Amino acid sequence: MRIGVYICHCTGNISEVIDIKELVSFSEKQPDVVLTRDYTTMCSEVGQKMLIDDIKEHNLDRVVISACSPQFQGPTFMRTVEEAGLSPYVVEMANIREQCAWPHFDFPEEATQKAKDLINMALAKARFDEPLEKIMMPIGKRVLVIGGGIAGIQASLDLGDAGFDVYLVEKEPSIGGKMKQLSRTFPTEDCASCILSPKMADVSINPNINLLTYSEVKKIEGYLGNFEVTVEKKPTYVDPKRCTCCGKCVDVCPVVVPNEYDEGLTTRKAIYLPNPIAVPHSYVLDDEACLGLVPLACGKCQEVCEPGAINFDQYPEEIKFKVDTIIVATGYDIFDASQKAVYGFGRYENVITALDLERMIVYAAQGKPLKNLGKRISFIQCVGSRDEQVGNENCSRVCCMYATKLASLLKHSNPERDIYVFYTDLRAYGKGFEEYYKRAQNIGVKFIRGRVAEVIEDSRTKKLTLKVEDTLTRQIIESEFDTVVLSVGLRPNKGTEKIADMLKLARSSDGFLQEAHPKFRPVDTLTDGVFLAGTVQGPKDIPDTVAQGSAAASRAIKLMNQGEYSLAPIMAFVHKDLCKPSECATPCIESCPLGAISVNEVAKINEALCKGCGSCIASCPKDALDLHVYTNAQLLAEVEAVMKDKKKGETRFIIFADDMTGYRLADNVGTAKMAYSLNSRIIRVPSCARITPKLMLQSLAYGADGILFGESEEKSSPYPHVIKAINKNVSEIKNVLKQHGLEEERIRFVQFVTVMLGGFVNYVNNLSDFIKKAGPIPDEKRKKLL
Amino acid sequence: MTKKVVITSKNVDFLKKVIELSAQPITRCDQCGVCSGSCPMVNEMDITPSQLMRMVQLGQEEVLGSKAMWLCASCYTCTVRCPRGLDVSKVAEALRQITLRKAIDYIDIKKIPKGEIKKLPQIALVGAFRKFTG
Repeated sequence: MRIGVYICHCTGNISEVIDIKELVSFSEKQPDVVLTRDYTTMCSEVGQKMLIDDIKEHNLDRVVISACSPQFQGPTFMRTVEEAGLSPYVVEMANIREQCAWPHFDFPEEATQKAKDLINMALAKARFDEPLEKIMMPIGKRVLVIGGGIAGIQASLDLGDAGFDVYLVEKEPSIGGKMKQLSRTFPTEDCASCILSPKMADVSINPNINLLTYSEVKKIEGYLGNFEVTVEKKPTYVDPKRCTCCGKCVDVCPVVVPNEYDEGLTTRKAIYLPNPIAVPHSYVLDDEACLGLVPLACGKCQEVCEPGAINFDQYPEEIKFKVDTIIVATGYDIFDASQKAVYGFGRYENVITALDLERMIVYAAQGKPLKNLGKRISFIQCVGSRDEQVGNENCSRVCCMYATKLASLLKHSNPERDIYVFYTDLRAYGKGFEEYYKRAQNIGVKFIRGRVAEVIEDSRTKKLTLKVEDTLTRQIIESEFDTVVLSVGLRPNKGTEKIADMLKLARSSDGFLQEAHPKFRPVDTLTDGVFLAGTVQGPKDIPDTVAQGSAAASRAIKLMNQGEYSLAPIMAFVHKDLCKPSECATPCIESCPLGAISVNEVAKINEALCKGCGSCIASCPKDALDLHVYTNAQLLAEVEAVMKDKKKGETRFIIFADDMTGYRLADNVGTAKMAYSLNSRIIRVPSCARITPKLMLQSLAYGADGILFGESEEKSSPYPHVIKAINKNVSEIKNVLKQHGLEEERIRFVQFVTVMLGGFVNYVNNLSDFIKKAGPIPDEKRKKLL
Repeated sequence: MTKKVVITSKNVDFLKKVIELSAQPITRCDQCGVCSGSCPMVNEMDITPSQLMRMVQLGQEEVLGSKAMWLCASCYTCTVRCPRGLDVSKVAEALRQITLRKAIDYIDIKKIPKGEIKKLPQIALVGAFRKFTG
């Protein structure tokens, strides 16, 4: 075996704290190491070239890079060794930046000692590295787009035009989302439905788009390249091919209900056209409002329908299909303004939401005003946004500009109007926004800096008095208005929650869905093959939404276009010589919730299904199951390596951190330069369920005085089933410790989220304090543990 | 006349002291003015509650000379409405504490004629010692 060790300075990030020379001379002395080098930036082109040349010249077959986190530059070095002709799985990284130089910058000597341990650990693992290759899996060209708003429309059109098969599922009877309700768009003031309707029509004529409206996704199972989708299509009772949209049915329908399209400001019949630009362009029968279909109570619409398009014998239809990738574009709901009781929405008739006003402006422009808005109109900004009192800290981004737009439109249509916008901060951040804001000021819209404290209605005149401080002059304004418009913020769509649970998508603290990386993977999710588009990821305006729709489509195309994609070989495998199904009750089959294990003569792993969590391994009574890249031998060697130079009387414990959250969190803590206990050693695992009770005991026997398991929360974990398995393993070991007269608190299991930096530090320090107090495990007890 | 204000690093000490006494992250106030608009006493105040917060943020000790903190009725309307979750009433209380702890009496009880002391309500006397808001 010929190992090359590289120690990176990270242009001072590491070398300013850690004694590089000492690490070099330490590494040189380790067995199997034939070459040790240090370099200022290993990830640079020069560093990578040096690595490639060395591998060839010195015939290296394993590489250890002591630098940053494997989460950070790991993929770079895997590509580099691959270029040099080696397997990408023979490179190991010692994380001496995020785990030594950064968190322990105050203790350079101790940090250097810890760095030696980490190098030792990487060497120990590298000795057992198998030269694995990536596994190539076939993938088709089918995409599910959930949500037919402008984001879903854009994604579907891009995919359809590129020749991919799209299923576009929309829960309402027509696509077009919230945009179809808007009057005009900022800052150009072009008519929203005029620019949207051609796009909606394109969807209906695109041969590659299979449009499923009035449909909801009921179930999604499977994985990238093999998602099984179940959609329920509600009956419309009208055959869109026959319906000529003559409207005779509407005339005779006796049922009147509020019209959702107009935010309930107008009414519609039980049979109705969803909106003037509806796609599919057909009438729909609302069976909840209809007087009754079974048994038929009215039937007047059918009597007058000349083309015979109405059919009462329709039932919900379940449609099943398979797709390779999924784009989630489920959009937003507006904030429920009645939650903000001080503004009186729902109680005062002249307090309306901005979306109400959008509809009113559309009707007024058609010469059919819905309401007399009066002369004095005020806008209240940040309703349901930037407000901890309603639990929404985030800025909704679009309200400043839509209020400016609505105010301008009102002023244009009647320059006599006196219009005020009460704002906290006016954010005109986008292209052309500042100029638009200035134009609104030019035509006389008055902007006053102050958040409105309350609205009081005069019960006789129905006029509204606002109380607000003009924070720039420090005067209290108490003035009367005819209409108050609430600039309501954007909240995640209620339907999103169900989809997020089905696809195991994480939510950020504002409740919107979380992207895989805030900078570089803005439309990806951590679930392979699932992408986000539009306001489902966070409030944004129309151009940003359209851009994300296209971005999500192109990310999906990137994955599917080659006809195959690569999978990391981190998968369970079977030591065939050890597997004896005749001698056990094959508990492995049940241990895998994905159904990846089957047993004939010996157990067999289905590679397309195995996700590499490692939770099956503990179930095997014969130790016949194992996991590539994280084998029993490797983990044991790592434990042994980090405990090797532990001195007598010293306490030391291991943190097994899952790849998804625990390890990333530790990196984040390091990046934030937050110090935590120096006697911890972090070992990366795919999930903590990979650590079998046997490995736990071995860890303690080899010198660990405690173990902390840091795993993703159930809802954001790629393997939600592992929590149960970890709990089971942990309680098993706690019992063993009790039997040996040891404190069970030495073993701790925490579910982390990547943002709880302080939480991580606390958990680590608490365990460290506990162990220091309880003292190291006595040697004679250690021996007995095995 | 426009007032000229010099902000030095000494001002930070005053801000720190108020933060410590009130346990409120005062620097988080984004000056939206909801507190002022909500305050039932604002019409009687010389500076508005949001102005009071601003002066504390900038560490201007002259805020202690304002009437506003004494007029605060601790009704907590500002507190339940503050979008940044700040308790403005507690900040006012902290400012009152700072003043009271200086233990400066504005009237000398010995100089008040005995007859008047009997007539004056006790609460007015106590208020007059150290608040003396006039």
